[in-house]
Amino acid sequence: MELINNHILTILIAFPVVVSFVFLIIPREEKKLLMYLAGLSALVEFIFSLHLYFYFKNTGSFEFIEIKPWILTWKINYFVGVDGVSLFLVLLITFLMPLVLWSACSSIKVRVKEFVVSMLILESSMIGVFCALDLFLFYVFWEVMLVPMYLLIGVWGGKNRIYATIKFFLYTMAGSVLMLVAILFLYYQGGNTFNLVELYEHTLGFTAQLWLFLAFALAFAIKVPLFPFHTWLPDAHVEAPTSGSVILAGVLLKMGTYGFFRFAMPLFPEAFDLLKPYLVILAVIGIVYGALVAMVQTDMKKLIAYSSVSHLGLVMLGLFSLNPTGMQGALYQMLNHGISTGVLFLLVGVLYDRTHSREISLYGGIAKAMPIYATFFLLATMASIGLPLTNGFVGEFLTLAGSFQTIQIPTIIGATGIVLSAVYMLWLVERVFFGKLKTPGGQTLLDITRQEFLILLPFIILIFWMGIYPKPFLSKMNRPIENLLIQLAPEQTEEGPVQIHEEIHMR
Amino acid sequence: MMESTFLSYLPYCVAGFPLLGFVINTLVALLWAKNQKPGSEALVKLVGCLFPILAFILSLICFSILRNSPEGMVISPPALFRWIDTALLTVDFRFMIDPLTATMMLVVTGVGSLIHIYATGYMHGDQGFARFYAYLNLFLFFMLLLIMGNNLLVLFVGWEGVGLCSYLLIGFWFTDEEKAKCGKKAFIVNRIGDFGFLLGIFLVMHTFLSQSQSSDLNFLDYSFIAQHKDLFLSEATLIALCFFAGAAGKSAQIPLYVWLPDAMAGPTPVSALIHAATMVTAGIFMIARLYFLYELAPVALQVVAIIGLLTALMAASIALTQTDIKKVLAYSTVSQLGYMFLALGVGAPQAAIFHVVTHAFFKACLFLCAGSVIYALHHQQDIRHMGGLFKKIPVTSLAFLVSTIAIAGIPPLAGFFSKDEILFHTFTHAPRIFYIVGFLVSGLTSFYMFRLFTLVFLGKYRGHLEPHYLPLAMDAPIAILAVLALVGGFIGVPEVLGGTNRISHWLAFLSTEIHGEEVAHHGTELILMGISSAWALITAFMAFSLYLKNPEWTKTLKEKCQQLYNLVSRKYYVDEIYDGIFVRPLVWLSHKFFWKGMDEAIIDGVMVHGFADISLVASRIISRFQSGFLGHYVVFFVLGLIGIMFYLAVG
Repeated sequence: MELINNHILTILIAFPVVVSFVFLIIPREEKKLLMYLAGLSALVEFIFSLHLYFYFKNTGSFEFIEIKPWILTWKINYFVGVDGVSLFLVLLITFLMPLVLWSACSSIKVRVKEFVVSMLILESSMIGVFCALDLFLFYVFWEVMLVPMYLLIGVWGGKNRIYATIKFFLYTMAGSVLMLVAILFLYYQGGNTFNLVELYEHTLGFTAQLWLFLAFALAFAIKVPLFPFHTWLPDAHVEAPTSGSVILAGVLLKMGTYGFFRFAMPLFPEAFDLLKPYLVILAVIGIVYGALVAMVQTDMKKLIAYSSVSHLGLVMLGLFSLNPTGMQGALYQMLNHGISTGVLFLLVGVLYDRTHSREISLYGGIAKAMPIYATFFLLATMASIGLPLTNGFVGEFLTLAGSFQTIQIPTIIGATGIVLSAVYMLWLVERVFFGKLKTPGGQTLLDITRQEFLILLPFIILIFWMGIYPKPFLSKMNRPIENLLIQLAPEQTEEGPVQIHEEIHMR
Repeated sequence: MMESTFLSYLPYCVAGFPLLGFVINTLVALLWAKNQKPGSEALVKLVGCLFPILAFILSLICFSILRNSPEGMVISPPALFRWIDTALLTVDFRFMIDPLTATMMLVVTGVGSLIHIYATGYMHGDQGFARFYAYLNLFLFFMLLLIMGNNLLVLFVGWEGVGLCSYLLIGFWFTDEEKAKCGKKAFIVNRIGDFGFLLGIFLVMHTFLSQSQSSDLNFLDYSFIAQHKDLFLSEATLIALCFFAGAAGKSAQIPLYVWLPDAMAGPTPVSALIHAATMVTAGIFMIARLYFLYELAPVALQVVAIIGLLTALMAASIALTQTDIKKVLAYSTVSQLGYMFLALGVGAPQAAIFHVVTHAFFKACLFLCAGSVIYALHHQQDIRHMGGLFKKIPVTSLAFLVSTIAIAGIPPLAGFFSKDEILFHTFTHAPRIFYIVGFLVSGLTSFYMFRLFTLVFLGKYRGHLEPHYLPLAMDAPIAILAVLALVGGFIGVPEVLGGTNRISHWLAFLSTEIHGEEVAHHGTELILMGISSAWALITAFMAFSLYLKNPEWTKTLKEKCQQLYNLVSRKYYVDEIYDGIFVRPLVWLSHKFFWKGMDEAIIDGVMVHGFADISLVASRIISRFQSGFLGHYVVFFVLGLIGIMFYLAVG
């Protein structure tokens, strides 16, 4: 057990890549076998990852740490570990992956071998991003992850895929190039180390902080995406295949919010303090703007893409509020968004497989032909608009309730999102599902198959579990937030953070 | 107070039973979604009605336990589980039964069960029979959460949950796009209110976190708020108004009432249960629940009273002109809800709840009767095609008459006592104008209800189709409700008439002010009762003579005041105004300005593509220099050389 505990993260990162090497020897004609094996290995990966959950001790510092020297001259280490936040993000990846691969069986018909290899490499690199505790290693994973994502959209995407791919690539590259410069600069400023834990201890000068924060924040803001860096998202989503959209919305966007939480905020606390009001304003604009633009979309995927802008704006608001409850809600909302938006994209994919259109105006009255599908869609909608007893409510409520304690006016404006989300989602449901059945060939539309049912069911279970009994998740997020809050106000140990610290421990 | 641990969880079963019914019916609905099995309807019927009835029986048990325990006792079962557990806030999933909850439980499960039974007849043969019962059971579950929760967040769960069921049931016949739209409208308008509700909760949290020294984090519990209400002195008005925004959404008050008339698109049993008897009174329940907060905020109470009064007046006036039987009843509901808010606003939460109870009886009965009429007349809802139905459907007609007398406030039926208590309290505790308007509205109520009764049941039948036979499953619940409308008022007979006003004493804990009629006012009270009874009778008689004896008068009247009539019958154009002020501009702004303008033209067009274009142009210019001609390169070389020499010479 000790052995597994010490190497579990490496196993999780390496396993998909190793499997993808094995795939190289399987002939490309064996499409079924390739898909089957890929799905199976993702499932095995998921089971491995459960180990993290069960053996996580919630000590408050990083766990399952593994550190090995890599490039000695630059003091670069292979340094991985998880805390209560990254733990669940890793679980989110391993949870989504087998289901996404399974759903791709019916929609990906060409270049299957390349597809599964891309997906597995993507999985490895995404897990790497959330586990890396060495900035250099983090950057490597961050960039590696872009390549399979780029291929996913560019090869298996829709009509306008090349435009979307280049836009996606350039947008993200613009951010990450600056981040690379910042990382190197940080290396020299921060005592010649890439080790995150050591860098946390180091205090930088204010000007250096400001520039570094801006560089990091830009990279992360593009990924989130914060307004006005969001226009790559609708295009990427519309053109990406279903599996790409699910991963994009489910995991990739969280890298931005996670980046703020793990790097930009704790490494440059004074710069963050100065720029916080502007970031809050961007977050709030994102909530309202994303929702309003989502309302008038004519393409289902675009609508959900813009709704992501709105939801992620809320996550940022909670994170920037620096209220423990608000931050907890925000971190929880990251997981919720991965699940509810992930399942929404899967559901749109199900419909797309049958009719090859995402144009809302072409649909109408689908509920009559596909009642079970409609039920699933409605449940996902409820989670998305944060109805109580679904996960979305817990996340939204905690985020807003917490933010309200520190930043009232932005929270009030942001809270209009709960009204607007109902507007655009219910309008979508009304146009697609209700009314007369007017979809061409609507009478013969098949309700969801057994396979689709089994893919969708875990999402629905999770939606209710996380909405009714969120404790197993929330309880592990307290300590990382505590740590960040201490990190953010090191000078005022007399009052602020200690008080919060005590308040947390009073119980 | 409860010895056995198992028994102490009993209150959870009250809500648990309908939930179980929902689960079973959902399974039936989904399994047999495509090909309906013949036996499924019987199973659904059994499950759908049995569990609400069991919930009613348990409610009766809870009620009797509470009734037999000493005053001030509250049934407080242990928490089912800890729902939210964060650094600054904990919320338990927990129930609590005090007299207010017990009263509402009886109404919800009792009237609810009757309507469930009624619907077996009304919905018979419908394609979505199982789905209907699934939603209806789910509604009861959420409604019970709403009234039984011991903290604001469980209340909110129920609150949003009943909204969801309302949405699903209004749009139950979803193949009709108009009906689906009505459901969506209801949900969204309610969400606007919920926005206020949530802000209220946040403000409560803020007040505690910034002032309280206590380490107890259960501060959304009612008992906790009540204990620490001193902390709220400065914030009370704001908090109370925020909560009132929520209440105005759910209970259809100005400016958020617009969804309720449209909600009539749902099946009639739904209108009876959700949009008349139970859900729409949730706002009144909430304010009564938090009355200790409202007592700290007299300004908020004034607002509640004024909004209630205006809503009552406006809705009653619209009800005068409607021609759809359900629309008349819908506006009547809005108007009666306005009365209840008036009661809350003038410091009589007991009277408000009393009216909630009696209103549940007679309005549910009226709606079910309307359902029977619609059923009998093959889905005809226009009262211009009715008339003379008294002989054809006698049970329904008699029940409708009883309920009409009850709502009109004619003694000694249910509505008389509750309405009179509200009016009397308005007379003694509020500016005189409040009473005058309230009095006027009671006359309007009597007038439009007897107008409706006359047009539907008296005179000659103006339709074409022969009325259907009505099954017992529909007649029996109507009869029971009619009896309740007849005698329901006796739970609150005022002292001046020799009663003890039991419900008022039962709910006395709601307000700190010593309730009960001051003896000095007894004379006044008797006079007011006399006047308002006479007023109700006079207006009723006016309606009779106008619509039965002299129908041509109404035509002349209509022509004389054509513009006024149009204004009222078109509902003061409020829907059109909202559409013009809010909906259209917002959609236009989002589409033209934000999406096409900001996103596509500025961010993408200017910034992203502009950036790309600049680099493209730059690279083109630079690539010119690489022409491939040796001569060009020599020129560049020489130019460069000169430049360097110049630089060296000057520098």
